Amino acid sequence: MTTLALPLPKRPVHPTGVWSWLTTVDHKRIGILYGVTAIILFLTGGVEALYMRVQLARPGQEIVSPEVYNQLFTMHGTTMIFLAIMPMGAAFFNFLIPLQIGARDVAFPRLNAFSYWTFLAGAIMLKFSWLMGGAPNSGWFGYAPITGVAYNPGHGIDFWIMSLQLLGIASLAAAFNFIVTILNMRAPGMSLMRMPLFTWMTLITSFLLVLAFPVITVALIELMLDRLFGANFFVTRAGANPLLWQHLFWVFGHPEVYILILPAMGIISEVLPTFSKKPLFGYPVVVLSGVIIGFMGWMVWSHHMFTVGLGPVANSVFALTTMAIAVPTGVKIFNWIATMWKGSIDVKTPMLFAVGFIATFIIGGLSGVMHASAPSDAQQQDTYFIVAHLHYVLFGGSIFALMAGIYYWFPKITGRLLDERVGKLNFWIMFVGFNLTFFPMHFLGLDGMPRRIYTYDADMGWNLWNAVASAGAGLIAVSMLVFVANVVRSLMKGEEAGADPWDARTLEWSIPSPPPEYNFEQIPTVHGRDAFWAQKRQGVRTVAVAGGSYNGGEHSIHMPQPSYWPLVAPIGLLMAAYGLIYVSSIFGLAAAVLGGAIAMVSVYAWSFEPVNDPPETSEH
Amino acid sequence: MTRMIHHSIRHLGVALSILLIALLAACTPSHGQSTFDTVGPVARSQLVLFYWIFWAAVFVFVTVVGALLYIVIRYRRKPGDGDPPQVHGHKPLEIAWTVLPAIVLAVVAVPTITTIFDNANSPDQGALTVDVVAHQWWWEFRYPHPDESGNEVVTANELHIPVNEVVNVTLDSLDVLHSFWIPKIAGKVDVVPNNANTMWIQADIPGEYLGQCAEFCGVAHAHMRLRVIAQPREEFDAWLAAQALPAVDPPDPLALKGKALFEGQAQCFSCHTVSGLKKARGLIGPNLTHVASRGHIAAGELENTQFNLRQWLKDPNAVKPGNIMARDALIYKDADGGYSPLPNESLSEAQVSALVSYLRTLE
Amino acid sequence: MAHATTVPHGEEHEETTTGLSHRKLLIWAFLGSDCMFFGSLIATYMVYRGKSLVGPFPEDVFSIPVTSVSTFVLLMSSMSMVLAYSALVRGSIKGFRIWILSTAVLGMTFLAFQTFEFRDFANYEVHLDCARVEAEDADYLEGLTDFETTFLPRCAAVDEEFSEQHGLTLKTNLFGTTFFTLTGFHGAHVTLGVIWLLSLFFYSFRGGVTPERSLDVDLAALYWHFVDVVWIVIFTVVYLFGVFPGF
Repeated sequence: MTTLALPLPKRPVHPTGVWSWLTTVDHKRIGILYGVTAIILFLTGGVEALYMRVQLARPGQEIVSPEVYNQLFTMHGTTMIFLAIMPMGAAFFNFLIPLQIGARDVAFPRLNAFSYWTFLAGAIMLKFSWLMGGAPNSGWFGYAPITGVAYNPGHGIDFWIMSLQLLGIASLAAAFNFIVTILNMRAPGMSLMRMPLFTWMTLITSFLLVLAFPVITVALIELMLDRLFGANFFVTRAGANPLLWQHLFWVFGHPEVYILILPAMGIISEVLPTFSKKPLFGYPVVVLSGVIIGFMGWMVWSHHMFTVGLGPVANSVFALTTMAIAVPTGVKIFNWIATMWKGSIDVKTPMLFAVGFIATFIIGGLSGVMHASAPSDAQQQDTYFIVAHLHYVLFGGSIFALMAGIYYWFPKITGRLLDERVGKLNFWIMFVGFNLTFFPMHFLGLDGMPRRIYTYDADMGWNLWNAVASAGAGLIAVSMLVFVANVVRSLMKGEEAGADPWDARTLEWSIPSPPPEYNFEQIPTVHGRDAFWAQKRQGVRTVAVAGGSYNGGEHSIHMPQPSYWPLVAPIGLLMAAYGLIYVSSIFGLAAAVLGGAIAMVSVYAWSFEPVNDPPETSEH
Repeated sequence: MTRMIHHSIRHLGVALSILLIALLAACTPSHGQSTFDTVGPVARSQLVLFYWIFWAAVFVFVTVVGALLYIVIRYRRKPGDGDPPQVHGHKPLEIAWTVLPAIVLAVVAVPTITTIFDNANSPDQGALTVDVVAHQWWWEFRYPHPDESGNEVVTANELHIPVNEVVNVTLDSLDVLHSFWIPKIAGKVDVVPNNANTMWIQADIPGEYLGQCAEFCGVAHAHMRLRVIAQPREEFDAWLAAQALPAVDPPDPLALKGKALFEGQAQCFSCHTVSGLKKARGLIGPNLTHVASRGHIAAGELENTQFNLRQWLKDPNAVKPGNIMARDALIYKDADGGYSPLPNESLSEAQVSALVSYLRTLE
Repeated sequence: MAHATTVPHGEEHEETTTGLSHRKLLIWAFLGSDCMFFGSLIATYMVYRGKSLVGPFPEDVFSIPVTSVSTFVLLMSSMSMVLAYSALVRGSIKGFRIWILSTAVLGMTFLAFQTFEFRDFANYEVHLDCARVEAEDADYLEGLTDFETTFLPRCAAVDEEFSEQHGLTLKTNLFGTTFFTLTGFHGAHVTLGVIWLLSLFFYSFRGGVTPERSLDVDLAALYWHFVDVVWIVIFTVVYLFGVFPGF
């Protein structure tokens, strides 16, 4: 403990209540905060999508204006990617990683809390743009130069930039944390090749985040300097090349796709073995293919740019690398199916979602090969065919897997099971609704319907499938209502889960549900993969008989103490970002400076605040 | 449980057959922008590749999902089942399902690459070259003048090409990104400012083909349409020759009044060119020298009839929300700078009639 | 508040799977991330190299001798950082203080150079010795940059000296935009580093810096060396390649 010139408030000590959540550094609570926030934001992104589907249900409608429609698809994409799927993944990272590797918390508990609050600041920034004179309107990809002040004088794009910067900081902080946690905090005996698959995919995802986000950060800084300070990065009048943005965006954007899908693959790789009562087939191959996907994800970005005129050589190279990345993806699918082969398959709701994931994800993968072929893509790029493809990957893929994860781990998180019958109903409505919405979009795309148009003529032949897709979207909405109802009902009177309701295989199931604050009474020792299964079936003890494990044993368990700074710093960042948008006014400048100062001071105070006050704390 | 699974199988079966029928329906050629009903070699080569991959994909999908469903049903848990054997992997299998897809992909890769190069390199560099300039939210087409070398013939939104001939296209934009796409003739190529692109197109059957901007370009993106009119060489030459002529003064007094408005009070000249009219040199909007000869107005939104032209002039925002004429032209501004349809303080109903009458003479 | 010496610092005693401390891993991950950050900025600079539509251009404003000096200063700061760390490990707090302070001072010197340079560029003026232009002095004319050459006709209107302000700012052209952004963000990194170093320096008077807690200094040193290495790349790619054609 140190003295500091600043008059610091005392460290928070709130075991319960709102303040305990605001100042928490417990990875499980942070995971729950992430999860609940992400689900709420997912619903808002869904409402944005519903508006679009209502507008497109019939030709020539004027339910929303073209300007609002442009804002809707921009917000829908940005929300679903950055505010729903990514934080939902983060929720699982937070809650599960320490449990899966046999640790008591993450490496940097306060940094973890900081990630969440900064993420929330970014979400507030983006969502409040609706109320602050208009949401961003140039797509989640924000292609230059339409994002420049010349074509976009309002502040929507500025909100988008600042929000993504905040979300980037949050993601980076979280990724650093999980890299260190996974590499450094594994229980004794848990070598890399004994880690649960979800932990592996989290590790790869974290590396992708760490390397990909700085690229979009730079692109956004450049755009911000253009818009607020008169720089010329994307000003074509000054000779700028708009393709610079596309390259920077997709060098980030394609790894981002894997950031969205790898955690999903990790979840599937946990659910399938549990409900088949078999170990994951070809574990090393599944890990390796994940690593290869993470690596090759950097070599395919220009397949998003096949039609921008990079020339035949570049297009050929990127067509080849893109096709090549289908191989490790296929290998994963084959191994999953082989995991079920000759298993004892219990089709509980998580398993239903996992099987649904495989079936729909294959469709997304196969249509992906269709536009890996650049000439074929020339007809598909920027049409509804792509919309269909990306939703088969991100909804049929990521969301189905995340749903599987929620149904699977909900009992661990809350101590209560989600209702099975309602869960199955949830799945089937969502599965039918999903396919009804997105499969027809393949036809629409091949029939020449471009993306991002707010209306179309009645004589284009697109009426039927648009009507079907809109109806399907309604079904998806119903399935989400069923889901929310199931969660609420089960929280109140769901069946008690017990520690291990699924007869599962990994360490998180060896401790009570919900887990105590310190997770493991004694740090387990791991002797192989599926350590908990081995303990149950073969009597391989995961807990040393006496002592032996670090940090356990001798004296009481010290958990990291709560802190204000991870909450205060993001408030400063939010103020600074908000002020920067209006930096040309004195009010904006003041807010930016003040916010920056708050953030700086909190980081400074934070770095002098120990993780734990000394045990014999006496206030001087 | 069993019933549930059987139920789900039946669901899937029904869904699959619906999908197959739907796919066939989607292939019906009557749709204006269908990528299946190709009329030129570029679109055809792209479709051929699509079919290659499509059938391979169907094969993979049926096999894999078939295996998936079989396994889920065959190995579902029965009461009293013990733990299954804990199989960890199988090396030959891993190798097989790595190599087999790689081979399938390699088979697809070969025609992919040859087609990429075929479509990138025009088979006839000396053929007619049209410069396409994309604007928010309309298309400008610039042809080499048939008689005066160095001069150009400029038109908008309707691209005439000689049938059965290669036509080279250059693509440039003066504002934001756009994408040039006529699905039945050729897949899209983006229009990028400061980064001119080229492509080649060819139509084998005379006719009128629909296209549309395919890269998001702002508020009126949905209304940025175009048409390609493929016609026999003689017809094309005659059309080009007619387009190359300057506009002639109208005989009708109402139209003459409209012309005066065009060059004067209405200030149309500041954004539109009418060759033959000294003052009308504007480059913001489409060239109107032969606007009456076009089949459509407002970037393909409306058929070019007297009634529609009147509608368009009176209330452009109703036809194509957000368009630049409605946004910027002074005649549509009220005292506070807001949008005001005609007639208003700037132009009366009679003056609109005069303008319409004049524009209808620009054949 | 407790006295620093009584702090049982959790992370110092931690056992980790890899043997590296958490914070050490963290800083490596951060530096990897920062590599991508500077990589993207440098890539942007390279893409726009020679694409500016109006001057001034790199060869107009850069002064390689001056920037070489500031580069040397920054390199020396890395050396004194090494000395600070090794002094601390040897248990010499005094040596540590001397060297960490000199590292910070060298860093500030570098920043002063950069401020001076930015101001200098922003006040750039085209000068022509019109007498020598009139005399068609071949040596002189050959020594002119492309940008200066475009002003030759203006000599007709003046007798001796032609001079006109053409300051380079973020707004001037693609060169100004990319140059100030890249070097500005590097400067911001140096500034943060200086704050960090000074914090350690003052902290040492409160007993916060001890050989047992040398990791605190090690982390700052890693960061500082990284920022230094990035500058070497910038100096090469931006300054040297910018002035000497053929690269």
